[in-house]
Amino acid sequence: MARFSKTLMILNIKSAYERVVSGGRVYLIFVGLFGLLLLIGIGAGIHALFIAGSRHAYGTYREVPVAILISTYVYFVVASTGLCLISSIGHIFGVREYVPIAKRSVYLSIITILAGFLVIGLEIENPFRMVVYNIISPNFSSNIWWMGTLYGFALVFLTIEFIFLLKEGKHKKAAIVGLLGVITEVAANTNLGGVFAMMHGRSYWYGPYLPVYFLLSAMITGCAFIIFFFVLSHWINRKTMDQPTEKALESVGKLTILLLIIVMIFTVWKMLTTSVGGASAIEAANALISGPYAFSFWGIEVLGGMIIPLILLLMSRAKNMMIMFVASAIMIFCIFFMRLDLVVVGQIVPLYLELGVNEYSRLHTYTLSVHEILVVLGGVGFCGLAFLLGEKVFDGFQQTQSVHIFEEEK
Amino acid sequence: MRCEGSGRNAMIDNLRYQGKNEKESSEYPLDQERREFLKMGLVITGVLAGGTVLSLISNVGKAYSLDAYRRKYPYKPHYAMVIRQDRCIDCKRCMEACVSTNRVPDYGWRTIILKREVPESIDQKWDFIPILCNQCNNPPCVRTCPTRATYKDKTNGIVMMDNKKCIGCKSCMMACPYDARYYNEARKAIDKCDFCLEARLSKGIKNVACSEACPADVRVFGDLSDPGSRVYKLIHQLQKPVWVLREEVGANPNIFYMKG
Repeated sequence: MARFSKTLMILNIKSAYERVVSGGRVYLIFVGLFGLLLLIGIGAGIHALFIAGSRHAYGTYREVPVAILISTYVYFVVASTGLCLISSIGHIFGVREYVPIAKRSVYLSIITILAGFLVIGLEIENPFRMVVYNIISPNFSSNIWWMGTLYGFALVFLTIEFIFLLKEGKHKKAAIVGLLGVITEVAANTNLGGVFAMMHGRSYWYGPYLPVYFLLSAMITGCAFIIFFFVLSHWINRKTMDQPTEKALESVGKLTILLLIIVMIFTVWKMLTTSVGGASAIEAANALISGPYAFSFWGIEVLGGMIIPLILLLMSRAKNMMIMFVASAIMIFCIFFMRLDLVVVGQIVPLYLELGVNEYSRLHTYTLSVHEILVVLGGVGFCGLAFLLGEKVFDGFQQTQSVHIFEEEK
Repeated sequence: MRCEGSGRNAMIDNLRYQGKNEKESSEYPLDQERREFLKMGLVITGVLAGGTVLSLISNVGKAYSLDAYRRKYPYKPHYAMVIRQDRCIDCKRCMEACVSTNRVPDYGWRTIILKREVPESIDQKWDFIPILCNQCNNPPCVRTCPTRATYKDKTNGIVMMDNKKCIGCKSCMMACPYDARYYNEARKAIDKCDFCLEARLSKGIKNVACSEACPADVRVFGDLSDPGSRVYKLIHQLQKPVWVLREEVGANPNIFYMKG
């Protein structure tokens, strides 16, 4: 029996390898490109941390201790939560229309967490100590500890869920583990919001807004990732989209419209309350509205991240997959800068601003370094590579019995 | 376009599915089971939200006004410093003493002197404000550190670093309301003022290096739990106002400021 399963595994690996190799020229070029980005990113991170020193290689400094690498981590893990939540609507909470998106979404949720871990692993100064002391010296009042630990658990649950989803007739077990995955993802995501929200010395972040916003933002990111990667996957596999999947994406598109409207209302109120919230908060709001981050805020965050996708999605009536794909691609790009703004703008206001001293009278600046860009691209490379390989290894996440039942019932 | 019909079709589909529940029971949990999962989920969520809840409790419970915490010193000795701001002449001897005593590299600092220019003033045009770690009674850095690498010393209340536990996530740097922390490459950990505990107090020396080096007696260091100490007397007089920096944060600092 053991020999039989071993032979089966070897056969599976062999056929998966053949599917990857026969993926076509463009496919293989992108596999190579993303692989290269991943290797360069890891190399840049290792060089920054262990050879050059992060003080020289990264753009962060005492007053702005975390920046694009943390915002990239936030971007990936928040996307993971979103993917997990949106996929759970179908195969855990029983809304049938969403069932066809389950498997690929859970897979995407796993690879986005891993991409996040990769980037933060190359940001933290002593990543090896983290592995040891997170376990033997935990601080239960630290949001960061909860966030990291819960995302770790979420990764385990999602992986088990994915394995069950791959096996026919294991949906019940997948749903049980999936529910645990959803709970840990939501707890981790809100704790990540809490990391910033609990900083009572930073008025731009402080307050109950961020944990709620992170959850909302996660769902939007999840929707954008699902539309983008599902359309892309059908091109890669040279298949036309089956009707249940198309119907599922239409539902996701409608949900995205609703969530975009909600996030717009959230953003309006965040800016309004911040603009009257004391000198430090007002400085942060000014930096976004009319200061050095105005283009990033109005051009990328508001126009690219909210208004244009909303118009495009309304134009598509959540049916035209091409327009939805473009909208989701723009969102995926712009949401990245939303995260960057959130992390950096919270730190650029000097801590002693109200003291009126020379040293803390101007906004701090942050400039990206080459190392940081390469590490970010390494994370993107990992995500792209894992997605492309996943499509072939898991054979396009072929629909299981549940979808056939779905089709039959139509 | 299929748009108009799709809503209706979806409704019909849903009605059909309701009749198919039995058939699908092997694939999806029954309603009863789903309820059980949700109940279990609520319990787990309660536990997992623990970090946030604990943090909230720790903040609310300890936020009291300057007057209130001038009467309450939980440590013995309770180390504190009074900075007599108007005496500072920006000679920077305190900074030099700190650097040499604690091996502070040129890219970091444990204490500096800030300058406030007041051109409309009729006497001195400059105000000099020394700053350092405030050794807070409710330290945001300690709460946020995931590995307890930074902690409040149970005996004397100094916010300390356990270098070997520091993962270098820099969350304490984000959390500190006083910009008192930096990453020290040689120590491979965050570095900050420890009231010279490692370099002097632990060796029996009674005063901190910056205070000892100050020619104008700006920095008065001592034990607040001792009513006979200078810091106690300076803080407990009513003639001259005493304040702390960024009181609104609620960190309850142990560095006090006064003039005269």
